[in-house]
Amino acid sequence: MRRTGIAREGLWAAKLVARRDSPYDAEPMASSGRLARVFALMGLAFLLGACSLVEIEDAVLTTFEPAGPNAQRIDDLFWMVFWIATGVFAFVVVALIVLVLRFRDREGAKEPKQLHGNAKVEVVWTVIPAIILAAIAVPTVQAVFDLTECDPAAMKVELIGHQWWFEAHYPDYEVDTANVVVIPAGREVCLEMTSEDVIHNFWAPSLHGKRYLVPGQWTQLKLEAYEPGEFWAHCAEFCGLSHSLMRARVLAVSESEFETWVAEQQQPAVLPEEGTQAYEGYQVFVNRGCTQCHAYRVDGEGGSEIAREAFNGPDLTHFASRHVFAGATLPEFGEDRETALARWLADPPSVKPGSFMPNLALSGEEIDDLIAFLEESR
Amino acid sequence: MTATAERPATTIFRRPRSKTGIWSWITTVDHKRIGIMYGYAAFAFFIIGGLEAILLRVQLSQANAEFLTAGAYNALFTMHGTTMIFLFVMPASAAFMNYLLPLLVGARDVAFPRLNALSWWVFFFGAIFLYSTFFFGTSLPPIGPDAIPGNLPDGGGPGSFNWISGSPDGGWFGYQPNAGPFYSPGTAMDYWAGGLQILGLSSLISAVNFIVTTFNMRAKGMRLMRLPVFAWMTTVTAFLLLFSLPIIAVALFMVTIDRQFGSLFFAATAGGDPILWQHLFWLFGHPEVYILILPAMGIVSEVFPVFSRKPLFGYSAVVFAGAAIAFLGFGVWAHHMFASGITPVAQAAFGLATMTIAIPTGIKIFNWLGTMWGGRLRFTTPMLFAIGFIAMFTIGGLSGVTHSIVPSDWQQTDTYYIVAHFHYVIFGGAVFGLFAGLYYWFPKYSGRMLDEKLGKWHFWLQFIGFNLTFAPMHWLGLQGMVRRTWKYAPEMGLEGWNQAVTAGAVIIAISILIFMWNWARSRRRGRVAGMDPWDARTIEWMTPNPTPEHNFSEPLEITKLDHFWHLKYDEDEEGRPRRREDADAMLEHLEDVGNNPREPIHLPSSSFFPFLVGLGVPIIFYGIIYHTSIAGKALIVGGILLILASCVGWGIEPVDEPHYGDHDEEHGEEPVAEEGELVDD
Repeated sequence: MRRTGIAREGLWAAKLVARRDSPYDAEPMASSGRLARVFALMGLAFLLGACSLVEIEDAVLTTFEPAGPNAQRIDDLFWMVFWIATGVFAFVVVALIVLVLRFRDREGAKEPKQLHGNAKVEVVWTVIPAIILAAIAVPTVQAVFDLTECDPAAMKVELIGHQWWFEAHYPDYEVDTANVVVIPAGREVCLEMTSEDVIHNFWAPSLHGKRYLVPGQWTQLKLEAYEPGEFWAHCAEFCGLSHSLMRARVLAVSESEFETWVAEQQQPAVLPEEGTQAYEGYQVFVNRGCTQCHAYRVDGEGGSEIAREAFNGPDLTHFASRHVFAGATLPEFGEDRETALARWLADPPSVKPGSFMPNLALSGEEIDDLIAFLEESR
Repeated sequence: MTATAERPATTIFRRPRSKTGIWSWITTVDHKRIGIMYGYAAFAFFIIGGLEAILLRVQLSQANAEFLTAGAYNALFTMHGTTMIFLFVMPASAAFMNYLLPLLVGARDVAFPRLNALSWWVFFFGAIFLYSTFFFGTSLPPIGPDAIPGNLPDGGGPGSFNWISGSPDGGWFGYQPNAGPFYSPGTAMDYWAGGLQILGLSSLISAVNFIVTTFNMRAKGMRLMRLPVFAWMTTVTAFLLLFSLPIIAVALFMVTIDRQFGSLFFAATAGGDPILWQHLFWLFGHPEVYILILPAMGIVSEVFPVFSRKPLFGYSAVVFAGAAIAFLGFGVWAHHMFASGITPVAQAAFGLATMTIAIPTGIKIFNWLGTMWGGRLRFTTPMLFAIGFIAMFTIGGLSGVTHSIVPSDWQQTDTYYIVAHFHYVIFGGAVFGLFAGLYYWFPKYSGRMLDEKLGKWHFWLQFIGFNLTFAPMHWLGLQGMVRRTWKYAPEMGLEGWNQAVTAGAVIIAISILIFMWNWARSRRRGRVAGMDPWDARTIEWMTPNPTPEHNFSEPLEITKLDHFWHLKYDEDEEGRPRRREDADAMLEHLEDVGNNPREPIHLPSSSFFPFLVGLGVPIIFYGIIYHTSIAGKALIVGGILLILASCVGWGIEPVDEPHYGDHDEEHGEEPVAEEGELVDD
């Protein structure tokens, strides 16, 4: 009866002990063909599994669909290195498999020559990697210098990190918004970034790599999209309880759309008319403490600005102009915006653990009113 | 009897003499017993850290899952990382170093046996201290630097905090200010900082001990360039520890002072610099990576020659490459911070420095392949793990090279690509290497063999499970899965691969269960190993299995690299080994004289004091955490007094040694009779 290779090898140590005088005249090992087949099957199974999964999923934060020159440059560099690394890996693994198949112990094999080394091959496998690395180093260093610092003439957007949302401030236009960074497509925009609490890390993989937002310091990230489009972003540095729910969107729009957007954002909010549900919502907003954290710029009625008093929450003046909220995590996939808002207003910390927006114990009616008010705040 | 032994002090401080039972383990200074304790403790934490990982994986197996709360998730990944690095891989390496270093250099113990016991007990109590956070620690929501007490949020509601989140939740890297006093209030991160501080102290003590052991305790003729590679890598690792641990010690003290006394080193709002913490942490943290991997590299460098029946290819190149990796490891720390906004010049410099590490690493890999070239390869379990090490570590090394491509790293850093990378290095590398060592040296510990059949099941399941777990993480990271993420949205398109990853984690768990079963069974009922079960090359196999307490009975004189091999084999005209006719007789003689030494052997005496000094250390740290209360102040004073008193005892306790003359009179007769019989043999 033929035993499997594994079982045979398993016996080896035992035999060695039992017959210490001649440890190496054990039975012949399983044929190398069998082992090769095992390797081949394993590889095939893995490849098949990989292909099937790669194709079915469409990832919104993928690094493989660069949509701007910076991400494109990184992508090109990655693939160059990827193929070199794959080549090196293939070399090592093929060498390993050849060694395993060719030099596995066989019956009657001679004892190996006691080779201690070979200066020539050792120099070769020191020098060749060094040359490969030097070749990779050149484009790397060039890209580092080209991609790190902004063009001083570029339009600036200040991005301020908070637990757990991004605030965007456009100093040239006096526009303050949150979670959705609107940029004109086709030209460079410079994100000037800092944080108000802990370290965050802004990452819009289609447009560029990551850059920290550090409290007390300013960092830069150049963003540029070839075409208009919506791009996902995520905080990539662990920043506390709801790190995983700190996301953002970059919305690249045409120049004319950008100008329109800026003009709209610069307008103060129009207060809802008395007697409407939205007006009731405005009363809730003012009277239930929302304004302690949220700014809401209004004109008329004395031209007052409802200022933030304590915590720094998102400016809600044009809340309805933003298609996502709560750190760009709501509404969830397939969720209706009003349902999401209702869920969020009812108990923010249950949606976003640790949220600084407390559960204000609003009644269902108050929530409905608030939604009507917020959804009119374009 | 000498005069000193009659001083009154001896009656007050009698050295403990238990040879069995709990007290013998508490008071032991035997490097092998200390190694065994390190090993079991490390394995226990491997299981705990593994269970933490399984919980994390269950949470991630579905988009928007609610299996764990955010607080519990953050606590579990913090403790998973901290446990696996500081409580598993480091002490597991320490287990091998302790057990083997004296055997490999031809000594009867390390240079400072009581200090060795101290490093173990400091580790043990430090680990308990760290894990006691689950019972005593508190983890509270951030208050923010400008918080107004009346406006404090409800802290995520009662559902967000539970028993698990009483543990540290600021990440094993403890980035400031998130892990600082304002954003991680509560005591949990104090337990983390204090625990790491204590564990670092333990490693620092070991490092000094191992360095002195290597340089001063070698047998006659054991020149440095005849040392087994594992002894070399132990020494290199000890130097890494010696130079890197003081950095993290300083940084952790800064954190502790920040947290306890409001010093604001890292608080940006007060002019502190949170990036400074990252520099200090990684200036330790990167050498730490090599602290984890170099011992495993040493282990496989022992395994390949034995199962290829050839000497290590390019021995000196392998040794120097190890030293070069360690040296370069101090100059690359900022590659963990390429996204932090450091200047392009700094990024380029650290990127290039990182690339250079690939060269000595490549030298090692190619030399192991060269060792196998032309050999007679025996695919025993240790050899399989060593081969697995090469393949997996190569992947980890190459993905490491992609991080040195700085712009590429901007995309990869803080994603699962990094998680994949370092698990290929630390699990695929260090852990595979450690398992190779466990199977290889198990006979030295138990006198028996681990079962080869179960061993192969273990290897293949672990190999498949490992790759199923960590290979898809490369893809997940590049598809935008950020690290330390409690939840991901369904439209991120990450669910399918995450399910594969979770399945892989379960397979790893099964493979570990097989290993535990194998270990438990083989320890009592495994095949008896006898002398030299693997036809090995290095001198630790010149002692019987299990290793007798005194290691070597007779003084050694080392004449060559792979001394033991050359005692068994000479070479024929073609340079092929030919077993000496007297080899078996020599082995029998070694076994006999090893178990029945001809002369009484002087061994270091047991002592209570390392245990007591070690016990004092966490007491002080408990006191620091609760320093505002009277009890805390009492603990600090009590701990200091305990340590001081124990140090005095340590200093004046006498050598409890039946002197050579006495020993002969008391116990000498029987061995002498046997000696006469066997020397003729």
